[in-house]
Formats: sequence, structure tokens, C-alpha cells
Amino acid sequence: MVSYRTPLGQARGLGSAKHGASHWVAEKVSAIALVPLVIWMVYAVLQLAAGDYGFAVHWIQSPLNATLVVLTLAISFWHMHAGLRVVVEDYIHKTLTKSALLLLNLFVCGLSGALAIFSILKVALGAGVLGA
Amino acid sequence: MVELVLPKNSRVTKGRHHPAAAGATKTKTFKVYRYDPEGSENPRWDTYEVDVEACGPMVLDALIYIKNEMDPGLAFRRSCREGVCGSCAMNIGGRNTLACTHGWSEVPGKEVQISPLPHMPVMKDLVPDLTQFYAQYASIEPWLHTETPEPVKEWLQSPEDREKLDGLYECILCACCTTSCPSYWWNQDKYLGPATLLQSYRWLIDSRDEATGERLDALEDPFKLYRCHTIMNCAQVCPKGLNPAKAIAEVKKMLVERVV
Repeated sequence: MVSYRTPLGQARGLGSAKHGASHWVAEKVSAIALVPLVIWMVYAVLQLAAGDYGFAVHWIQSPLNATLVVLTLAISFWHMHAGLRVVVEDYIHKTLTKSALLLLNLFVCGLSGALAIFSILKVALGAGVLGA
Repeated sequence: MVELVLPKNSRVTKGRHHPAAAGATKTKTFKVYRYDPEGSENPRWDTYEVDVEACGPMVLDALIYIKNEMDPGLAFRRSCREGVCGSCAMNIGGRNTLACTHGWSEVPGKEVQISPLPHMPVMKDLVPDLTQFYAQYASIEPWLHTETPEPVKEWLQSPEDREKLDGLYECILCACCTTSCPSYWWNQDKYLGPATLLQSYRWLIDSRDEATGERLDALEDPFKLYRCHTIMNCAQVCPKGLNPAKAIAEVKKMLVERVV
């Protein structure tokens, strides 16, 4: 089909979405927050690897540790969702495939993040050493 | 989703060879993209052995030599031959630049490969269709917007404010940057591209303009602006030595300034 839409009409398209700045800020802020959190997390995992199961449970039950782990997970999964979303928007152009992949990304990242956070909370809020 | 088969006429075939004129002592091989979308043939690479002692030092000189002496059918755009008009932008040795300001001896490798600006429709040989590029430029309304009644004499601007336009006003809209940008390759129907965004910033930062807010509104869009992932090809290829990536970063900064 020949399109008689003028080049200017095509260039203007549907106009500006008038959003994006807050998303851009959130991406940068989460990236900055993850720098100390991930360094701390690596240090923590090394410590946990050296200890036994009881030590790990005890460690997670500390309010500060639990909070920091939950924050690391929440921000990581949010950041992962934002990053993968950009990949889909960059490379996928068919509306249906794009929408499906954006939904899949949201659901997978949301579910994984929620599961990870719930697991930490379960250990953190559970009574004593599990199974002991 | 992913297209596994190339569209029709995508495969570039081996083309004709044009040997140097008899008596040429020093030659250089130019491998030039040839395509006529109105014909049924695939694009091809034609090779020309150019007698470089008979032509000037720039790639454009060699192209003009080819057209005059070897193959009058070759199509390319050129006008000012001194890097001011932007007509002869093309991909030379894998890099977008102006044929008139790029010496053929600067191109690394044995032969000089020349193709049209990447990822644009080809009208013929080295002539790309830039209709959309110009329409996108027009869409940002690249002229002074004011509501204050026009002064009798002129809109005043301090030397300091005028300096803010340096590094922006020099853009000649040759499209080297825009067509070197992967984000523009994949989303050129929506992403404005580096050249247009640099021009947007040129009007955003102009102290005389009164539509800064409306201009920012029009740009704040996940596709029009935020497809820029600071890949920096634009700054690397700009034949005028400008930095569109920096201008885009400044636009993003202005948008943040509005909300924080």
C-alpha cells in the first residue's frame, strides 16, 4: 500500500509521550545504589560461604543484614527489568511480539524478585534455626 | 520477531572491474557500491583502478575522476567540495565522512571501499534518500520561537550566551552522525537521531528562544530522545568535529533539572 502521509506527518508520528525523564533518573539512581550494595553483598556472601547453615540463618536474622539484602534484591530486579525492557524496545519492532516480551519481562522479573525477597523475609522473620 | 532471511536485493554481488587507463604509473583501487533500485539487479561492488597522479588528494576527487574518465553512470552527490554543504557524506573505508575532506591516502587498507550512508533507502549508487532525516529535523521546528513582540532592531544576546551555541551551530546536517548510530538504524521511524537532537539542543540553549519548555515537552519521549544509549559513534564520525552525544546528554540534563 502506498502511503500518502507527508514525511513531516510521519516524523511527528504519535507525538511525544511526555514521559521518560523520571524513568531515566530511576535507572541512574538504582545503578548508583547498586554499587555499594553489590560490593557489600559480595563481601557478605564470602563470609557466609565460610560459615555453616546456622551462621547463615543467624546472619540473615540481623535486621540490618536482612534490610540490606532485601534492598539489594529489590533494586537489582527492578534494574534488571528496566535494562531488559530497553533491549526489547531497541530490537523488537512488531507490536504484538514487543508487548508479549515486555509483559514476560515484567512478570519474570517481578516473580523472581518477589520470590527472592519473600525467601529472605521467611528466614529473617522465622523463629530460630529452621529444622533445628 | 527476528527476521532470518534478508530482504530482496540485500546481497551485494561482485561487480565490474574497470582497469586503469594505459600509461598510468601509480594507481589506487576504489571499490564502489552500485545499485539502481529501479532495475532488477542486486547491488554490486564495482572496482576502479584510479590513476591517482591524474586526480586530486581527496576521495571526492577520485569519484569525480571516475565519473569523468571511467564510468559516467556513477551517481553521487557533491557541491561545495570544502566540507561546508554536507552533500558528499558517504561511508568511506567503513566510516561515515565527507568525501571532499577525506584524503584517499588516509583510508587504511589496500583499497578504498565506498558505500552510501548506512541504513538509509538508496536512490542510486551513493545517493541515499534523506527525506525522513530532513522531516525529523523539521519536526523540531528549528527556528526562533518568541511571544514577546519583536524588538524594533534585534533580539539581543550577550557574548557569553552566544558562546553557548558554539559547537552546535556548525552542524551542516550531512547525516554522518545519524546514519552511524545503531539506535537510529533499529528505530529510525521514532528516534530522532543525533543530528536532529543536536539541533534541538541548539534551540534549547539559545537565550533568545521563549519555547524551551514546549521544546523539552516535545522531546521527552522514550523513543524520540531516550533511544540514545551514548554509543558515541556520532561524536566519532562527525566531519566537523562536533559532539552530538554531549548535546543529547545536555538535553537529558535539562529534563532532569525540570523535575528535581
